Amino acid sequence: MNHRPITEDDLHGYVDSALEPERRAEVASYLADHPDVAKRIAAFADQRELLRAALAPIADEPLPAELNLSRIIEGRRRRPSPVWRAVAAMLLLSIGGVGGWAMRGSLQPAQGGLAALAQEAASSYSVYAPDRVRPVEMRASDGAELVQWVSSRLGRPIKVPDLASSGYRLMGGRLVATAHGPAAMFMYDDDHGSRVVVLTRPMSSSDHDAPMTAHSNDDVAGFAWADDGMGYTLVGRSAAESLRPVANEVRRQVRGAI
Amino acid sequence: MQDMLVQVEPLIPALRRYACALMRNRATADDLVQDCLERAVSRWHQRRDGSVRAWLFTILHNLAVNQFRQAASRGRHVPIEEAGENEFDGAAAQEHRLVYQDVLNKLAKLPEEQRAVLLLVAVEDLSYAEAANALSVPVGTVMSRLSRARERLQQEIEGAAGAPGNVVAMRSLK
Repeated sequence: MNHRPITEDDLHGYVDSALEPERRAEVASYLADHPDVAKRIAAFADQRELLRAALAPIADEPLPAELNLSRIIEGRRRRPSPVWRAVAAMLLLSIGGVGGWAMRGSLQPAQGGLAALAQEAASSYSVYAPDRVRPVEMRASDGAELVQWVSSRLGRPIKVPDLASSGYRLMGGRLVATAHGPAAMFMYDDDHGSRVVVLTRPMSSSDHDAPMTAHSNDDVAGFAWADDGMGYTLVGRSAAESLRPVANEVRRQVRGAI
Repeated sequence: MQDMLVQVEPLIPALRRYACALMRNRATADDLVQDCLERAVSRWHQRRDGSVRAWLFTILHNLAVNQFRQAASRGRHVPIEEAGENEFDGAAAQEHRLVYQDVLNKLAKLPEEQRAVLLLVAVEDLSYAEAANALSVPVGTVMSRLSRARERLQQEIEGAAGAPGNVVAMRSLK
């Protein structure tokens, strides 16, 4: 018989029952011939049993309340991660889309792609404008970074309209998800709690250019148009007509930018 | 999440046992286990195939190591010999209480890295490879730490039996 020599690792493997049956038998036969080693290994096995017995009662104790796993999972649900907030926002957008479709009869002349754009703006407005904590992802003070961010995501240079002359101060903006890809949203405040939102994104080729049209539903109203492949819309919680001068100002500025 | 509940919940008592034996402080141990469970919940979908048990012990051990490091850097680390003798009081069964307490006190004298290996392998039934993964060391290092841990614990046990109070003199049989 040609046995591999027994190693220290084999001896520990013997104590921990970690050996293949064949090797285990070889170690056992070695220990039978070497009582000194066998004594030491028996002591290690005793240690093992003693430690297990000494520590077993801890595992038998009732778990403290803070280690209740269902509660920990529940706690996480109450404190949604940013990812879940994003998913929730997308769900709201899609619900808004369905609502808009159901109310299509009340939509004013906006047609086809512009109608979709207008609805996206209304949904974003409904979600973000009432938000007192974080209506925008990036504040106006980070304007340059905001422009860079949305321009890179939309794949073309985006200009943030300055509506100070119309009495609206830029709060900031964010990227929003739409069924037609990312859109840039900018939010403005008139310092009296009235907010308006400008939403812009690339349009499909059939909506490359479209004249400005009014749109509204019960809550949110505004104007939408397309210029050189980009769709624009301005919405607020006011009668659409009162926003026309502001929309004209937005169009004038973004045209100037092209 | 149901899947996770079914697989993780039965392992919580063992995680607690390991944390208690390693940290020698019930409150610290339970905080660590709670932290471990929160991470497990948030990373459940990122875990690789393999034993959930080994995965949880890896998370727990990493948290314990951070805890040791922080305690050391704050300079508030309680030397293990001075830790409360009665930390395990409620845990031991009445009859063998003194014997159990004695071996746990001796275990507490081992360096943390040896204690961790011995506990993971001999008490928590991790394979040598799983223990190596949990401790981020090669299997060879696990084996040498395990060997040193057993020798040293044996010295403590025999030293106490041969000459009470003298834990240095006895050498193990080789």
